[in-house]
Amino acid sequence: MEDLIITGPGIQDEEYIVNMGPQHPSTHGVLRLKIALKGETVERIEPHCGYIHRGIEKMCERLTYQQMIHLTDRMDYLSAHINNEAVCLLVENALQIEVPERVKYIRTILDELTRLASHELWWCAFGMDLGALTTYFYGLRDREPILDIFEETTGARLLQSFNVPGGLMNDIHPNFQKRVKEYITYFRKKLPEYDELLTGNVILQERTRDVGNLSLEDAISWGVTGPSGRASGFACDVRKHHPYSAYDKVDFNEILYTKGDSFHRYDARVREMWESLKILEQLIDNIPEGDYAVKMKPIIRLPEGEYYQRVEACRGEFGVYILSTGDKWPYRAKFRSPNFSNLSAINKMAAGFKIADLVAIGGSLDLVIPDIDR
Amino acid sequence: MNNEQLKESIHSIDSSLNITEGPQYLTINVKPEDLSKTAAMLKNNPDLSFDYLFCLTGNDLPDAYAVVYHLESSKHGHALVLKVTTTDRENPTVDTVSNLWETANFHEREVYDLVGICFNNHPDMRRIFLDEEDWVGHPLRKDYTDNNIVTR
Repeated sequence: MEDLIITGPGIQDEEYIVNMGPQHPSTHGVLRLKIALKGETVERIEPHCGYIHRGIEKMCERLTYQQMIHLTDRMDYLSAHINNEAVCLLVENALQIEVPERVKYIRTILDELTRLASHELWWCAFGMDLGALTTYFYGLRDREPILDIFEETTGARLLQSFNVPGGLMNDIHPNFQKRVKEYITYFRKKLPEYDELLTGNVILQERTRDVGNLSLEDAISWGVTGPSGRASGFACDVRKHHPYSAYDKVDFNEILYTKGDSFHRYDARVREMWESLKILEQLIDNIPEGDYAVKMKPIIRLPEGEYYQRVEACRGEFGVYILSTGDKWPYRAKFRSPNFSNLSAINKMAAGFKIADLVAIGGSLDLVIPDIDR
Repeated sequence: MNNEQLKESIHSIDSSLNITEGPQYLTINVKPEDLSKTAAMLKNNPDLSFDYLFCLTGNDLPDAYAVVYHLESSKHGHALVLKVTTTDRENPTVDTVSNLWETANFHEREVYDLVGICFNNHPDMRRIFLDEEDWVGHPLRKDYTDNNIVTR
């Protein structure tokens, strides 16, 4: 082997560029990472975004606030309900409308179901990124009942658009509470399987522990939020620190780790599923009676000014910024998407690791590409 | 700190700052030449320590371009808005804050791409979404035209 390696004057190690994506199974969407490699080691990563940029912010400038909600679904489609809620909360706060308690409870329950469904899908995809095909079947098996609950109550499985300014589009289905309770019992039995199957798995441990570390300072500076940020110790849970809807009425833990490696990002999400179940249990039996929406004017005009609303989407902090001139549509709408900030830190995380580790790091960030491109 | 106390402590550091109170956040309005100094003060002062930039927006206003920074302190939990406006319609330029908050790197590239505000001393001032080579104009500007835009 030794004599096959050519050395001598004028021959030197050069970095070479590899494109990962835009069509690559482990980028989970149309994202291109331009990777500078030295041997197998990643020198730096330059993400190229925009393959599916749709100009949602521009479109929103010609849409009413009710119409806008339907576009927020299409950013992070796995946090559809939570994104909808952000716009609704913004409009309600701007007009100082107090929605009925019933709405707050139902919204929070649907938020947590969304979070569970999203984390389950992430879990099975992450397992598959690392070569464990079985996880895919387990994750999808457990996600399916949640989508059925959504379908029954909201009429849609993925992009619900169930929130409207002032409340909900409709009341919950009579079966809703029963089925959510059945699901909690079911998933409490199934969730330990996730740990048995994958968390303790030696291959997963080897491939994620001490891979892609991100320190607390870096996580804050890069704006890495959600479970990815909390794995680095960044206490950034909007549900905890700026509670909205019914989050101030429930008791749950903010899952914080300190190391910020891929394994802790993984573990933070799995532990978060337990917390979501805890929140659901506290709310599902106590949904107050009342209206499912307050009567709103058919044309909503926000008073002149700037508004901002933050919510905790499945992947981190989602924010809506509206600059209103008093018209029926916003003068400027801006969406702060968690994935965009999380992606920006990938260079920091992956530099110095092997290219195979990049798959684990990318998977542990749980990127949703339409949310980056908007 | 609530907004009132926050305003006081910022004024005690720099009494010349123009602070307005909004329904949610305090807003500090600065000129482009004061941006770097004010931003560094907000981040580095231990009583303020605004270390988390959670939103960065570029706005095309009727008479100016504005960049809006939403800042929060992970230590103290308070938040505020820093706003810089430039009346230069030809070459709107403000200083980068990516040396203070790394997340600004991508966000400023987005603002440059879509609103066309340039950032001085930015390490990598290129478009981020649209094609660097052949895209003309900045879509989020109000005077942007495109045959494919449908207006009602």
